[in-house]
Amino acid sequence: MSGPSASGAAGSASLSATTLRALEAVLPPVVALCIAAVIGDLLILSFGESPAAVYALLIKGTWGNPYGIGQVLYKTTTLTCTGLAFALAGRAGLFNVGAEGQLAAGGFGAALLGLALPSGLPGLLAVPLCVMAAMLTGAGVGAVPGVLRARFGASEVIVTIMLNFIVLALLNWVVSTHLHLPETLRTPDIHAGTLPRLADWFAVFSGSAANAVLLLALAAAAASWWLLFRTRSGYELRAVGLQPDAAEYGGVHVPRVMWTSMALSGALAGLGGVNFVLGYKGYYEDGFAGGAGFLGIAVALVGRNHPFGIVLSALLFATLSQGGLAVNAIVPKQLTDILTAVVILSVATAVPEVQRQLRAAAASTMAALTRAQQTSGGRAS
Amino acid sequence: MNAVLSTDAPAGPLAIDIESVVKTFGGVVANRDASLQVPHGEIHALVGENGAGKSTLMRVLAGMYAPDAGRVRVNGQDVTGWKTTEAIAAGVGMVHQHFMLVPTLTVAENVVLGIEPRAGWQVDLPRAVREVEALCRKCGLHVDPEALVADLSVGEAQRVEILKALYRGARVLILDEPTAVLSPPEVQELWTVLRALRDDGGTVVLITHKLDEVIAVSDTITVMRAGATVSRFATAGTTPRDIARAMVGRDVNLHLDALGAVDAAALSTTSAAPTAGAPRRDARLVVHNLHLRSDRGTPAVSDLSFEVAGGEILGVAGVEGNGQTELLEAIAGLRPLQQGRIELDARLLSGLSVRQRADAGLSHIPEDRHRRGLVLDYSIADNLILGQQHRFTTRAGLDQAHIQRHAAEQVARFDIRPPLPALPARALSGGNQQKIVIAREMGRDFGVLLAAQPTRGVDVGAIEFIHAQLRAARDAGKAILLISADLSEVLALADRVAVMYRGRFVTVLPRQACSAELLGPYMTGAAA
Amino acid sequence: MMAIAFLLQTLRIAVPYLLAAAGGVLSERVGVIALGLEGLMLSGAFGAALGAYYGDSAWAGLAGALAAGAVMTTILAVATLRFRANQVVVGVAINLIVVAGTRYFLRLIFDSSSNSPRVAGFGGEGVGNAMLASFTNPVVWIGLVTLPALGWVLYRTPFGLRVRAIGEKPEAAVSLGVNVMRLRVLGLYIAGAMASLGGAYLALDQHQFTDGMTAGRGFIALAAVIFGRWQPARVAVACLLFAAAETLQIQLQGAQLVPSQFVEMIPYVLTIIALAGLVGRSTAPAALGKTE
Repeated sequence: MSGPSASGAAGSASLSATTLRALEAVLPPVVALCIAAVIGDLLILSFGESPAAVYALLIKGTWGNPYGIGQVLYKTTTLTCTGLAFALAGRAGLFNVGAEGQLAAGGFGAALLGLALPSGLPGLLAVPLCVMAAMLTGAGVGAVPGVLRARFGASEVIVTIMLNFIVLALLNWVVSTHLHLPETLRTPDIHAGTLPRLADWFAVFSGSAANAVLLLALAAAAASWWLLFRTRSGYELRAVGLQPDAAEYGGVHVPRVMWTSMALSGALAGLGGVNFVLGYKGYYEDGFAGGAGFLGIAVALVGRNHPFGIVLSALLFATLSQGGLAVNAIVPKQLTDILTAVVILSVATAVPEVQRQLRAAAASTMAALTRAQQTSGGRAS
Repeated sequence: MNAVLSTDAPAGPLAIDIESVVKTFGGVVANRDASLQVPHGEIHALVGENGAGKSTLMRVLAGMYAPDAGRVRVNGQDVTGWKTTEAIAAGVGMVHQHFMLVPTLTVAENVVLGIEPRAGWQVDLPRAVREVEALCRKCGLHVDPEALVADLSVGEAQRVEILKALYRGARVLILDEPTAVLSPPEVQELWTVLRALRDDGGTVVLITHKLDEVIAVSDTITVMRAGATVSRFATAGTTPRDIARAMVGRDVNLHLDALGAVDAAALSTTSAAPTAGAPRRDARLVVHNLHLRSDRGTPAVSDLSFEVAGGEILGVAGVEGNGQTELLEAIAGLRPLQQGRIELDARLLSGLSVRQRADAGLSHIPEDRHRRGLVLDYSIADNLILGQQHRFTTRAGLDQAHIQRHAAEQVARFDIRPPLPALPARALSGGNQQKIVIAREMGRDFGVLLAAQPTRGVDVGAIEFIHAQLRAARDAGKAILLISADLSEVLALADRVAVMYRGRFVTVLPRQACSAELLGPYMTGAAA
Repeated sequence: MMAIAFLLQTLRIAVPYLLAAAGGVLSERVGVIALGLEGLMLSGAFGAALGAYYGDSAWAGLAGALAAGAVMTTILAVATLRFRANQVVVGVAINLIVVAGTRYFLRLIFDSSSNSPRVAGFGGEGVGNAMLASFTNPVVWIGLVTLPALGWVLYRTPFGLRVRAIGEKPEAAVSLGVNVMRLRVLGLYIAGAMASLGGAYLALDQHQFTDGMTAGRGFIALAAVIFGRWQPARVAVACLLFAAAETLQIQLQGAQLVPSQFVEMIPYVLTIIALAGLVGRSTAPAALGKTE
């Protein structure tokens, strides 16, 4: 088999395979966003308002002014972390639905250390320590379902959900009995380890919650990408997620990969907790997570479990969330919450469907190419 | 091609009349011109190698697939493209190779599922039990209707599958490789049941590749090859060689030597007992007193001992399910041993991880390339380093340049097509996917190779290539343990042949002493 | 007298759990993970409030609840069975949709951000008669009867036999001509109806819909399903156990023996223990989650 027809066919095969992968990655979020837009329009109309007006107000309230941008960036930070958390576990074939609890635990860990450290401690020392405390706490909470899955085969979906409730209840108890300021459910201000606001560097952002943790989140995204696609651990992790039997055959210690990826996932979610505790308010407050853990699932889905996609996706969902507040005057802010959930549903539905359609198209293309090869290249097999 | 060799077309109305069926899956042509004629009151064997299209054709008959072309008639009626429900209602039942039983339900519940006898709103379980018992007595099958399927042996489970079909009034019973998992007495019991059904006017189609069984129980034989029907003869007066010749087709000369040439002198001196004695000096793989458990907890390998020397291919023949899978997994480090010792180049393997064994010089071509051998969504290049990824790592992570160089070399050397290392493995044909595995396992330094079903599902051109690779490795002094359910492959490649049956080597013979007729009884456990 | 009061209160608290858990058992037995129970319950609660408001009766409320449950189940069924989306994600999405959706429609219809106006219930006013009055509430009876009825159906009827087969090995049912898809759809709708009735009970009992009023009960019901190993009898016991712990906590509130947060945790901790096999193995139906 040689000659231009063969290499031409091979080239087409390569092109179609790459295109296929790209389409499989990008198409579902696009489809999902279109569906969400349509449903959004319907809901807005049901409230008697004009979609154009609402969307205009949404853009104005988010990207149209520095405060809005700051708020969007703040929310992007947390969502990037929880999205990365879900994605990392997801790449290993595990469902971490516990980012909410891991986020809160991480924030608490940072606050605890921040309260314990002497107030004079230089930030260069305190900040990394507190951030590490957050990530270690999150990792601990994430490791539990990981170990139970690796060792007992216990469904990590259920364990992480259960653990969310347990962790949040536990934190609530600890704060409400031992650490709270009177009449509140928050800790005292942290002495050491807080981070500067974006406003401290760029006065134009004054008043917004955006802070230096944004840089940490972006660094985490870059590090996750590098880990997943450039290191041996990432190769093994992804293999476990795609085909655990082949990974085992390839010498990978599958149970170990399972619990370490869950721990890492928890650590990333814990990092998200730092955004509120060290970057924004400077104290821990019960319930600060506010659903960011579950939203992380949406972020990861739309971002197709890829760190760079997740950053973009986090920007999207942060915009939606902030935009909801902006349009609250004319349409309930739950509109954007509904749209968020619709996006999740649409992406979840679109992914297998798009995959099926594309693979069917590819199979018939390959079949046609093979027949062409056979008739032009030589005897039939 | 529908050559009828030794008999005329059957007289009288046909129970089954399949004409020129074509069935394609994606790009794979499973049936390209398949036909079958079976009259009532007959046990008909449908014979062919792996991949010949027998199962596909029968599934078309049973209503699981609709054919792309061709016609299917049952009892004179055109039923092309019918569904399983219609087939079952018309009395056509299929007993699959992989049982379709619900483990948490009882035998009776499994048998009546879907047509449960009622008592008001409830299932009349006592009646179901009675009816199943009556059916057992009538057919000569023995199984406890109230036993949980999960607790049954494989042979008993198969009986439940047959009962399911008979309970629904099957007059045409299709069995897909039924004896693969049966012991000799169970096989005899099955023949009794089938003969009773035939004598009662029913029709049996037996899909099998075991030639001795075909001779023992069938009345007529249809042979399929490469998706088409090629021959049809009456069993009376036919020898296994005739059948084998029809099965194998174009490589007649080569395989006739492999199958037919028997060294009479060697026959008379070779005992049937496995070769015992002191381990050979140049043994590279030594297995001693190995005991293994299957996933179900039953013994899979019992007190197995053998060695493979450098420069030798030890071919292990035998029907799947006799412990071959467990044996290779244990050597590769994927399964713990209950007892025994495995040594590679005099080094004890127990306690070594999969990776450590690979580093010690062990290569493994797994029997299921889709499950074990490849990560289909990984590129060719990434699959080529599976199991070796630690050798392609620097302190800064994976060495992409090295991986790409390696991939380019292997793709060229092993003729992987299309030669595009970035392509996901999923996009390749079965033969080329297998070549990735071969390239990875044989394209590196190794001392001992475990090769399980190396040419399963692989096109003919790739088969010859792979066989050439195996011979070359053997000539270079490697020790190769070849496990294949394809007897002709074993006979074509091996220097010594062992037959594995129920977790033991029931015989080990030099290649010259072997033939299909000689080995057949060992493979089915007929020879003690 | 104390004991009877305790028992009655436990039963009242158990009703939503019993209903939602019955839905959970059926859903998971036909192969669909019941992560959306919380959302289904909440939608039932909202539907009940809507129905009772517009229909001016508790029965209209029940109808509204069933309608809401049917809508959410349709979304669930289409996404998981027709499009074969991942069941965990769909479950999470359903919960989010219902939370946001109920708030949205709360504002749209009732112009409130926290609760609906007062609506009809099934009676039961007055402190003295509160306990006994519960038993004039038909939903309480439905709740008490649902799991036993489900048990009977599962283990005695042809429908139940087929459901059990589908949950373990759908291929077996398919090869025998059982219409697996139809059974799954039917199972999901019945399960959705039960879960929404659980939410309806809450709304009608409190005579209004409050934002987020299910407060995690759907997850406690799921915990009961797992802890009870998907067997209706055991699941019922689990529900009663969790309800009893809650009752205990309420009655001992003053005494402060155990902080309320720890009592809250009991169902979740027990479920994790059951999953880890520390008190006997909790193995899900083999085909659970495999509609992809």
